[in-house]
Amino acid sequence: MSTTRKRVYGYLAEFKSASALYKAAEKVRDAGFSKWDCHSPYPIHGLDSAMGLKRSILPWLVFFGGSTGTLTAFSLAYGTQVLLYPTVVQAKPVNIFTVPAFFPVMFELTILFSGFTVLFGLLALMKLPRFNHPLFASKQFHRATDDAFFIAIEARDPKFSPEATKALLENIGGTNIELVEEED
Amino acid sequence: MATATETSQRQGPKLPVLKREKLILNGRSYHWITERICGVLENRQPFLWWLLFVPSAIIAAIGVGGGLFHLVSTGVGVWGNTNRVMWGWPIVNFVFWIGIGHAGTLISAILFLTRQNWRTSINRAAEAMTIFAVMCAGIFPAFHVGRVWMVWFLAPIPNANGIWQNFKSPLLWDVFAVSTYFTVSLIFWYLGMVPDLATIRDRCKPGLRKILYGLFSLGWRGGNRQWSHYEMAYLLLAALSTPLVLSVHSVVSFDFATSVVPGWHTTIFPPYFVAGAIFGGFAMVLTIMIPARFIYGLQDMITMKHIDNMAKIILLTGTIVGYAYLMELFVAFYSGAKFEMEAFKYRIAGPFNWAYFWMMGLNVLSPQIFWFKKCRENLWVVMAVAMCVNCGMWFERFVIIVTTLSRMWLPGDWKYFSPSGQDQFLFVGTIGMFLTLFLLFLRFLPCINIAEVKWTLLESDPHFDDHHDHPDHGVTEEAAYQHEIHASSAKG
Repeated sequence: MSTTRKRVYGYLAEFKSASALYKAAEKVRDAGFSKWDCHSPYPIHGLDSAMGLKRSILPWLVFFGGSTGTLTAFSLAYGTQVLLYPTVVQAKPVNIFTVPAFFPVMFELTILFSGFTVLFGLLALMKLPRFNHPLFASKQFHRATDDAFFIAIEARDPKFSPEATKALLENIGGTNIELVEEED
Repeated sequence: MATATETSQRQGPKLPVLKREKLILNGRSYHWITERICGVLENRQPFLWWLLFVPSAIIAAIGVGGGLFHLVSTGVGVWGNTNRVMWGWPIVNFVFWIGIGHAGTLISAILFLTRQNWRTSINRAAEAMTIFAVMCAGIFPAFHVGRVWMVWFLAPIPNANGIWQNFKSPLLWDVFAVSTYFTVSLIFWYLGMVPDLATIRDRCKPGLRKILYGLFSLGWRGGNRQWSHYEMAYLLLAALSTPLVLSVHSVVSFDFATSVVPGWHTTIFPPYFVAGAIFGGFAMVLTIMIPARFIYGLQDMITMKHIDNMAKIILLTGTIVGYAYLMELFVAFYSGAKFEMEAFKYRIAGPFNWAYFWMMGLNVLSPQIFWFKKCRENLWVVMAVAMCVNCGMWFERFVIIVTTLSRMWLPGDWKYFSPSGQDQFLFVGTIGMFLTLFLLFLRFLPCINIAEVKWTLLESDPHFDDHHDHPDHGVTEEAAYQHEIHASSAKG
């Protein structure tokens, strides 16, 4: 006989279409919630502004990642070809004026480092990977990757209240409203 | 629904709005798309899958596994390198495979940037093709170094001899270009697949499958706070891959063009190689997707419109390639360079002229029948042309590399080249390896981008419901893409 304590994660409400989700998201945003999210099987165009999300900062990370790649390639080529192991090949100079011959490698490493920055930057911004999430305890949430549209409002949001938030979700057209609990 | 609708509510002249073909036919739902694509890997594989898989796997095991074992244990001499053509044959195969990969990146990156939404049905399989083709390509340069355990010398790693790679050499550029291409293509392919792996995870019963798909889907929940960053990442990768794919085959062509060998030393090589790569790659996409579409019943997602578009790209790039062939001849003539002229005379009238004419016929003439709509609509014709192009592009590399090398500066080197049995073995083995990997991909991973295909449906637009009773009803109904809906509703 065991008693498992459960902690409330928040409310999960289903919406019938992308349009309904979009309109509901605008209302949740205007109600002043901050810890909530819209779940959909595909990215919905314009939902960022409906949720009041800012533009992703990923391009800035990638800019710095890519620049690191350019500098790495230049240092590698210049260091080895001019400083460490100067060899005259194809009558090309062994000083800074040989730099055009380094451009292809500089270009490729810029792309390579940018690619890695996209991968790891994205994972960091999405806070993934993770093994589990309270939402996976929901019985209906698996449909979010198939054909269902959900809004989840977390209990740790300062505006959250068990009754008022449920009423809000009902008012804006949410169905199958579920209180998602995680095992503590 | 009429084929042309009048926009009655607007001022000014009444222009008919042409109906755009839908990307997903028969009004399929989100759930149908999930079911059909996941069904490919969840259901038992059809007999035809086994019929293709078993021989491919055997050919791969004997050709690549056995071939490489023999090569490494005996020495690179089994490739018949006692000829002036030297590593010509492995390099023909390397360029052939790496070129095939380019269509995958073109579809996933360039068509994404140009908002060609029809790409969504074919990009996943085409990207998989890229990865597998680059893997096949990599075998040849990795093993042609002879002592393959010394292959780390390709990378700039400090060593006891104090020797460093020559960064001014196109061969080293190639090492960086190809390895970057493989890595970035893999990242692009995998990140694109994460939401779909989550779809499969959510359909699995608890067990090993669920754990594995769960691990690789990274805990994806489809929240818009994730999608927002994800969309940005996808755009960035597309923007990075576009110049990358153009650079890779340009660098491959530099291997030839920067030498002083007649027949190679031309400035047309980079664009000519890139066009040829896309041409050959699209042919391979058609070669593998037409049967897959038929076997798994994906006709509503990979429609005749998709095949028509790909046939048109083959026609375009095939014509560019034909132009390049003729331009090479013209420049050889017009330059007045004696050795350049001799090189081309040798190609056309020398002992390898059979390869030259196969190349011309298969690459330049065969795609020209795609000018006719009837031919683009007949899958047998499309498949036959795709096969012709696959072979033709291999002959192109053979002509460029082997013909040229067998007739270089020293007359004492001039000799006819025939590949050794081992050479042929390994090439056939890589074909088996490519097919094996592709069939395994169909078996274990979603072969169509589920999330993106859903996104192309009309009802995926967040304003779809609003426009249902809108005065511009006709316009929004006809517009197949959400971006166009915004544009048309803003006017109306």
